[in-house]
Amino acid sequence: MFSGLMLTAWESASIVAVVAGVVGFFIVLRGSAFAAHALPNGAFAGAAGASLIGVDAIAGLAVFSILGALTIAALGRRARHDVATALVIVVMLGLGSLFLSMTTEYAPEIYSLLFGEVLGVSSSELIPIAVIGVVAIAAVFLVYRPLMLSSVMPDVAEARGVGSTRMEVIFLVVVALTTTMAVPVVGALLIFSLLISPAAAARSFTNRPFTAMGLSVLIALGTVWSAIALAYLSNLPIGFFVGSIGALTYAAGRGWAGRQRNRGSTPRLGAPGRSAARAQST
Amino acid sequence: MVAFLSPLIEPGFFSNLPVQTALVVGGVVAVVSGIVGTFTVMRGQSFAGHSLADIGTAGGSAAFLLGISPLFGFVAMNLMAAGVMEWIGIRRPRGRDLATGIVLGAALGLAALFLYLDSTASSTTGATINVLFGSIFTLPSSMVPVIAIFSVVAAGIVLAMYRPLILSSISSDLATAQGVRVRLVGIGYLAALAVAVSLSAVTIGAILSTALLIGPAATALRLTNRPGRAAAFAAIIGVLATWLGVLLAYDSYYWFPSTGGWPVSFFVVTLIFVIYLASQIRFRARSGVQSRSTATEAA
Repeated sequence: MFSGLMLTAWESASIVAVVAGVVGFFIVLRGSAFAAHALPNGAFAGAAGASLIGVDAIAGLAVFSILGALTIAALGRRARHDVATALVIVVMLGLGSLFLSMTTEYAPEIYSLLFGEVLGVSSSELIPIAVIGVVAIAAVFLVYRPLMLSSVMPDVAEARGVGSTRMEVIFLVVVALTTTMAVPVVGALLIFSLLISPAAAARSFTNRPFTAMGLSVLIALGTVWSAIALAYLSNLPIGFFVGSIGALTYAAGRGWAGRQRNRGSTPRLGAPGRSAARAQST
Repeated sequence: MVAFLSPLIEPGFFSNLPVQTALVVGGVVAVVSGIVGTFTVMRGQSFAGHSLADIGTAGGSAAFLLGISPLFGFVAMNLMAAGVMEWIGIRRPRGRDLATGIVLGAALGLAALFLYLDSTASSTTGATINVLFGSIFTLPSSMVPVIAIFSVVAAGIVLAMYRPLILSSISSDLATAQGVRVRLVGIGYLAALAVAVSLSAVTIGAILSTALLIGPAATALRLTNRPGRAAAFAAIIGVLATWLGVLLAYDSYYWFPSTGGWPVSFFVVTLIFVIYLASQIRFRARSGVQSRSTATEAA
C-alpha cells in the first residue's frame, strides 16, 4: 500500500488536497461553486485537445482552464455570472466532444480523465504538479487581504480601491491553476468535491478564517487519504469515496452547527463584518 | 427554393429516419428547455440546471446497471436530487449554489461507482461516453411518445403556476406580500427543472442540455424584458439552433468523411454561443447609441 507507484499516488494526492483545501475556502466564501465545477469540467476538453495534437495533457488543461477563467470574467461583466459560467462550460465541452470525435482514444482513458486515476500519476509528473500547486497557494496569500475583503464585503472593498472585477479575474485564474494540477490526479469531476465539501464543512465548525482554512486542508487531506486507502482495499473507483466522504463530512459539519445553534450557548462570533455580509447577501 | 438549398443540404437529409427522429425530438426538447430555461435564468439557477444534467448521470448509469431505460433513472435521480437541494435549502443565492455543489459532488461520486460497475459488468466501455455525452442520432424512434409525455409534464408545471412563478422569480418579497407561497412555487419549479433536464440530458446529452436551457433563454432575456415573450423567443432560438446544428452535423459527414463527421453537440453549442454574443453586440450598440444621444442632449 505504500510502495513504488502507491507512494507517488499518496504524494500527488496530498499536494492536491492541500491546495484544494486553501483555494476551496475562498470558493465557498465567495460562492463560486459553479466556476469551481465549470473550469475543471471544461479543462477536460483541453486535455482531449492536447492528446489530439500530441502535447502534454497538463499544457492542454492549463490553456483551457485559464482561457475559460478569463472568458467567464469577461462575459460576467455584462451578464449574470451564472449564465456566463454556464455558457463557457458548454462551449468548452462542445469543443471537447469535437476533439473526442477526432481521436481514437479509448473510453477508459476518457473515464480516467473525468474521474481521476491516482495510480496513473508518474513520479516525473509530481514536479509540475507541486510547482503549480505552490504558485496557486502563493497567489492566494499574496492577495490574501484584498481577496478576503472583496469576498466578504465587496462594497467596502470597492470603496477602498480593491476592484471586484480584478479580484474575480485573479481568483478565477487561481482556480484554473488548481484545476490544471488536480485534474490529472483526481479527475475533472471530483476535484470539485474536494474544493467544495471540506471547505464547506470547515466553515460549519468555525468562523475564523485561518482556523477554517487550516481545518479545510486537514479535512481535504483526511478525505483523500481515506479515499485512497478504501479504493486500494476495495478495488472500487476512488471518485466514489471522495464524493461520498465529502458529502458525509459536510453533513457532519451541518449537524454540529445545528446542534450548537439549538443549544444557543455560543453566540456565533464571526470575523468582523461577517454578519454585515450575511445581511447584504440575503 | 429546393434547388437553391440543395448545395446546403446533402442528399437524403429529410428521408433519413434517425435525422427525422433527431429533428422531432430536438425540436420538442428545445421548446421545453426554452420555456423552463427562461425562468432558470431569471431565478439565477443556472448552476442547478447544469448540475441536474450531471447528477442524472448517476441515475442513468444505475438504470443501465439494472437494465431499465436510462430516462427513468435520470428522472428518479433528479427529482431526488432536487428534493435534497431544497431540503439543505439555504435561502441566500450564494448558499444555494453551495447546496447544489454538495449534492453534485455526492452524485458524481455515485456516478463514478455506477459507471465503473457498468464497464466491468458489460465489456462495452462505451457506456460512459453514451451516458455523459448522449447522441441525438442514436435515439430509437420508439422513445418519441415517452419524451412527449415528459415534455408536457415539465411545460405543464411551469404553465400551471405561470403568474406566481414570474412574480416570485422577480422578487420573492413582493410575491410573499401578494400571498404567493414562494417556497411551494420554488419546489414546483425545481421539479419541472428536474424533469426538463432529465429529458434533455438523456436525449441530446448533458452538454446540449445545459446549452439549450441557458443559452437561448439568456439571449431572449437580452432582447425583451417580458417573461412570456422571452420564453417564446427562447423556444424559437433553441429550435432553430438545434435544427441547424443537426443539419450541419449531417452535412459534415460529407465534408469530413475521414473523421466520420463532426458531433451535433459541437455545432449546436457553437451556434447558441454565437447567437448569444450577437445579441450582446446588438445590446451594446443600442446602449452606445443611447449614451451618445444623452451626451449630445447634455451638450
